[in-house]
Formats: sequence, C-alpha cells, structure tokens
Amino acid sequence: MSDNTTSILIVGVGGQGTLLTARILAQVAVQLGNDVKVSEVHGMAQRGGSVVSQVRYGKKIYSPIIPLGGADIILAFEKLEAARWLDYLKKDGMVIINDDRVDPLPVMSGKVKYPETIAEKVKQKVDNTIVVNATDVAVACGNVKAANVVLLGVLTAAANLPADEVETAIRAMVPAKALDVNIKAFHEGSKLYSPVSA
Amino acid sequence: MKRLMIGNEAIARGAYEAGATVAAAYPGTPSTEIITNFAKFPGVYAEWSPNEKVAMEVGAGASIGGARTLVTMKHVGVNVAADPLYTFAYTGVNGGLVIVSGDDPGMHSSQNEQDNRGYGRFAKLPVLEPADSQEAKDFTRLAFDVSERFDTPVMLRVTTRLSHSQTLVEEGEVKPGEVKPYKKDAAKYVMLPGYARGRHVVVEKRMLELKEYSESTPLNYIEMNDPQLGIITSGVAYQYVKEALPNASILKLGFTNPLPQNMIKDFAAKVKRLVIIEELEPVIEEQVRSWGIAVEGKELFTLLGEYSVEMIAEKLGGAAPIPSYGLEKDVPPRPPLMCPGCPHRGVFYTINKMKLVAMGDIGCYTLGALSPLDGMDACICMGASIGTALGMEKARGEEFAEKMVAVIGDSTFVHSGITPLIDVVYNQGTSTVLILDNDTTAMTGHQDHPATGLTIRREPTAKLDIEGLVKAVGIKNVRVVDPLDMKAFQSVLKEELKRREPSVIIAKRPCALIDKQPADKQYYIDQDLCKGCKLCLKIGCTGIYFVEDEKMAYINPNVCVNCGYCAQVCNLDAIKVI
Repeated sequence: MSDNTTSILIVGVGGQGTLLTARILAQVAVQLGNDVKVSEVHGMAQRGGSVVSQVRYGKKIYSPIIPLGGADIILAFEKLEAARWLDYLKKDGMVIINDDRVDPLPVMSGKVKYPETIAEKVKQKVDNTIVVNATDVAVACGNVKAANVVLLGVLTAAANLPADEVETAIRAMVPAKALDVNIKAFHEGSKLYSPVSA
Repeated sequence: MKRLMIGNEAIARGAYEAGATVAAAYPGTPSTEIITNFAKFPGVYAEWSPNEKVAMEVGAGASIGGARTLVTMKHVGVNVAADPLYTFAYTGVNGGLVIVSGDDPGMHSSQNEQDNRGYGRFAKLPVLEPADSQEAKDFTRLAFDVSERFDTPVMLRVTTRLSHSQTLVEEGEVKPGEVKPYKKDAAKYVMLPGYARGRHVVVEKRMLELKEYSESTPLNYIEMNDPQLGIITSGVAYQYVKEALPNASILKLGFTNPLPQNMIKDFAAKVKRLVIIEELEPVIEEQVRSWGIAVEGKELFTLLGEYSVEMIAEKLGGAAPIPSYGLEKDVPPRPPLMCPGCPHRGVFYTINKMKLVAMGDIGCYTLGALSPLDGMDACICMGASIGTALGMEKARGEEFAEKMVAVIGDSTFVHSGITPLIDVVYNQGTSTVLILDNDTTAMTGHQDHPATGLTIRREPTAKLDIEGLVKAVGIKNVRVVDPLDMKAFQSVLKEELKRREPSVIIAKRPCALIDKQPADKQYYIDQDLCKGCKLCLKIGCTGIYFVEDEKMAYINPNVCVNCGYCAQVCNLDAIKVI
C-alpha cells in the first residue's frame, strides 16, 4: 500500500444508498485528477444484507479492494455495520457512524439482541470516531432518503475534499427532481463534522 | 478523457468499438450489466434470451450470418450453453464471436464457484482474462479480431471483482459494424459425423497456431524486477500481487488458453523462486508442472473463494497478520432477506405453516430457505425445482407428494422449467408446482423476459401466456392466486396438494420494488391489543420490530410498504390500517 493512496470503505445495509455515495465520491476523485478504483456489490447481497462499497484514489491504484487494516476512513450508514467492518480500518484511521439502527434478521426474529452500545464500543477502540445523526438531518431537509448525501457532506469535511467539486459531482449524478433536497442535505452534512480533539 | 466504468460497461464498450452488431444474454450476477449497457448503443441488436443455451445459439447463428456477436452469461450459465458452445468450437465463426463468462469466486451471488477457465481447455477455446476495466474494453475489442483470424469463438473470462469494479477507461474509436458476406459451407457448419471429423482436425491445428500467438501477443508480458521471486498471475489477482509484492518479478497472463509455454519456461529460468497466484482451480499451475518446471501454487494458496492483498502479503511478503479490533463477536450476522411487501413472503410463510417439503429454485425466493421462513428443502440450479420434486415423488411415493411443492419463479420457469413440467405430465407425477410470477427477473435487477411482454429496450412485444402454456403441456389443474391473500392462497394450496394429479398454482403479484403501493394508508400495531406473542415476527419482515422491554411489536413506517400481510397473520387483529 503506497502512502499516497486514500481508501474509504462505505458500509451499510442494502437499500440505504451506499452505492450512490461511493459513485459520487469516486467522481470527485476523478475530477481532482486521481487514479480511482471503486468496488461495488450487486445481486443477492443487495437484498437487505450487509453491503460495502470501496473507493480508492491516489497516484496509481492497483487493487480495487481495500485490504484488512487498509482503510483511512470507514463511513458507516448503520452503527452495527461500523463494527462489522472495523478490522478494515488503519491503525490511525477514522470512523464516521450514522447513529441509525436497522435490525438484522436474527434480531428481528428474537434470536439475538441488538448490541445497543455498539457505537460506544467502536469509540473505545478507535479514538477518531465521529457519531452523527444523518437520518434526522435528512428528514429536516425534506427526505429521509437523502441521509446518504448528508453522510457524504460529513465525509467531505472529514476527508478534506473541496466542497465545490463534490457539489459539481452531486449535480451531475443526482436526478433533477431530488437535487434541491440533496444539495441542502450535503451542506447540512458538512456542518456536522467537527474533528475529534486529541 | 478517461471515464470510470465498471468492467461490464467496459466490455460492452469494447464490443461496440469492435463493430459488434448482435448480442444475446440471460441475466446472471456478475454478468448482467454487459448487455444492458450494450443495448444502449445505436444501431445494434440486443436481446434477453430465454436461457443461456438459446443465447449461445442465437449468437452462433448471428456469427455464421456474418455479424460480430457478443454472448454473455454468468459462470453457471455456461453449463447451460455448453452443448452449442462445444460444437460451435468445431464449426468456427464467420463474424467474430466472443462469449463472456462471469465467474463468481467467493460466491457473492451464486450457487457454486466453478472456474470456467476449465471450459477453455475442455472446449479448446482461446481464453482472455482482463485485470481492470481498460483491459476489459481492450481485450474484448481484440477478442473479435482473434476470433476471426483463428476462426474460433473466444471466451472472455471475468470475475465479480472485474465486472463490478469501476476503473478509468480511455474510450477508443468505433469500428463501423459491418456484416460479412454469408456463403453456404455445409462441411464447415453442418456437424454430421463425416464433416465433424474434418473439423476436429482443424480445431487441433488451430490450437497449435493459437499457442504460437500466445507466445507473441502483448496480452502476455513480463515485468522483470527482483529475480528472487517470480509470480505468474492473471485477472484481478494481478492487482493484488502488484500491491502486496511491489518488488516481485511478474509474468502477467492476459491470454491464458493456450498458455505461452516458452515464455513461461524463460521466465522460470530467470527467477529463483516461482509462484503461481490464481484464484480457484490450479489451471495454469497443473500445466506448468506438467512441463517439469518447479513451481509453488496451491500448497500456499487456497482453492476456496477470493484472494486478497493481505493474503498474498502474508504468504510471500513477510507481512504480519493484521491485528483485529475484536468486535466481531458483538456483531450479529446480517444475511440478505426478502424486501418489505415481497410477494414471496406469503408463499414461504404458508409453506412453513403447512410444514411442506419444498423443492426450490434460483431467484430472490431462494431466500425463503432462511430463518424465520425456513421454507425450502433443496435448491440445485436454474429450473431444478420441478424435476427434483418429481424425483422425490418417484422415490417416496404419492402420499409423500401430498406434502410437497416445487417452487419456481416466472423467469426461471421460462428459462428451464417447461421441460421438467412436461416430464411430470408424461411420467404421471402428481406434483404441485408453484410458479411465483412477479412479472420480472428480480434478483439480478429487474430484467424483462418473454412473459413480461417487453424487450430488453422495454419495447412492447408478444407476451408469453404462462397459464396457457402450462395447460398446453397437459396440466389440467391450473390456478391463479395472489400469494399475499393468505386465506385464498392457503385454501388453493390445500386443494391442489390433495389432488393425485399434477397441478400448477401461479402465485401472481408483481415484485414489490417495481409495483410500489400508494402511500395513502399506513398499517400500525394497536398497542392495546398487542400481547407480544411475536407471531408477526415469523413472516421475517424488516417493517416490524419488537421492543423486548415493552413486550410489544411496532411497525416502522419508513420501511413498511403497506402490503398488509402481517395484518392477516395476527391472531388478535392488532394490526390495523389508518
């Protein structure tokens, strides 16, 4: 792994919109002149399962898959998924958790309990953990489905990406009728980020 | 200007640039998006075929007719297409033909992880393996030239990580699609034994010529670096090797059948330690060993699943294992599951409740095997449900068949469910076959098929009448019922199971993802009536959650699509509609 590579793992539950977020992020990386690779999940796993999109950019990228211990940032659309994929995080990496809970089947059917304190457990392991409530912000912006773009806003601030470039990519990739809500959601998301003090 | 493309889009682009004008496919992860992208180009013909065998035959005909032709399918689809493919390898082509095999190491969305490079060796086809989207486009384009130059179909073998990874692609110029003249040539295209014997000679000669080509093609090349360690690799594994072992010398193979024997021998002589890194089967390794070259391979790297950068770094780069944060034990698994409002839920809840044996098939409804529905006993391959149900009945008797169903989707039924249904009638089975007709091929992303009445471009066409078809093959008892009408579905099922004659029940309701219910109502759980019995949880719907402390179930209005099935399941009538 070369040091000039940025690797961002976007995890969530099938249907939450992780794929669009990854694609917008990748487009931004292209606009900035990087080599870029994105790995996506299609097919059966999409049906409500645990899904992951991987975005890597830098001077020259080989593997489209982020190695274990190789992610600079994990962006989790659901808190359980942050813990599931945590071993992919670099030693000094950052975790952004959307404080949202989607019960997996074994929880729904009462076989196991949802680990309520999972976000705190991640925090204990990783100092640089940020917990936001993107779902509430998206609802305030006018559509719960814009939570993915709220999280893109948080990520833009956290990864130090130029906001105007991200906005350009959003305008190019989000359907026209949803654009106003998404632009608003993006800016509100950017405001949610504040660095964890050392 | 370079553009991000998934590998599948790049393959479509490569075929278009090569002047391909015909494409045929059956959807299957990870191959589906190749043809959906190809269909967007102007002036080309693309079709969803009923199954992969038909796609291969349409492709063969188009090629004999002079068109450059693309045929795509997932790895197990090649099994279905194998019969025409093996003999088309004898006849050879007129217009170039490229068949794409989408392999799925790790079985992200498949029932096995067979390595289709084996088909290349068995059917004597050239095999190309790209390692990123740019190569996917360039190799596809080149594959058409190879096909015509050597008069052979060519296999482009890709894997999930190639098909579904986006990498940058520089687009090339488009060669205008020209259809070559057609000339009758029975000795080449009519595979009577007398003619086929002549063609086999041609095939063996062609393999020798292709071997020479393999030595000189730019698709195979050496990156000489530190001679202490030499790696032979192909496909996406090349990317993992480059990242894990930046100093190693590499022989990168893009043209993997037939192999460049001399190039491999030369490379082996230049490096101190030689290791082959190939996912799944030791296809390259066994050949290299057979030439008496000392090599390591599967004693280091597994036959199972996908490889990774860290796996290679650990085995050959001296890297320490990555320490774990140790939270995995806190995380319950999150298997895929049926969507809220899915019509299949009603089928499998009923199968479970009636304790039926269910011989299953391939589609979203295979998820009916998972808890809490637990409604499936077997699932082998596309179309297997009906034949396996008949076999089960012949082994265990008609009484057993009174508690057994075959379960198959509409697209899968058209794919390969019709012939086994004829077998049921012909050999006097009493099977009860459920055709789950959701009016689409849902699992792979909602593709059309002959019974939806729409083409790949969503233009209206003749609509296959499943009910009429089933009657025409000799099924007398055909019922059509909404699977989310619990009482009606159960009573129809009971009647047909009891009958000592074959029956087909068409469980008809469109996929919930394409047929969204109007949001003018909302189901909720009346907290005065809910006793916390958890019966509603047995349908396995993400729209319902249970709060243990309150001993109450709730409906999440953000998830619920108001299909109302849970309200029919609740014994206390606690689930109501606003």
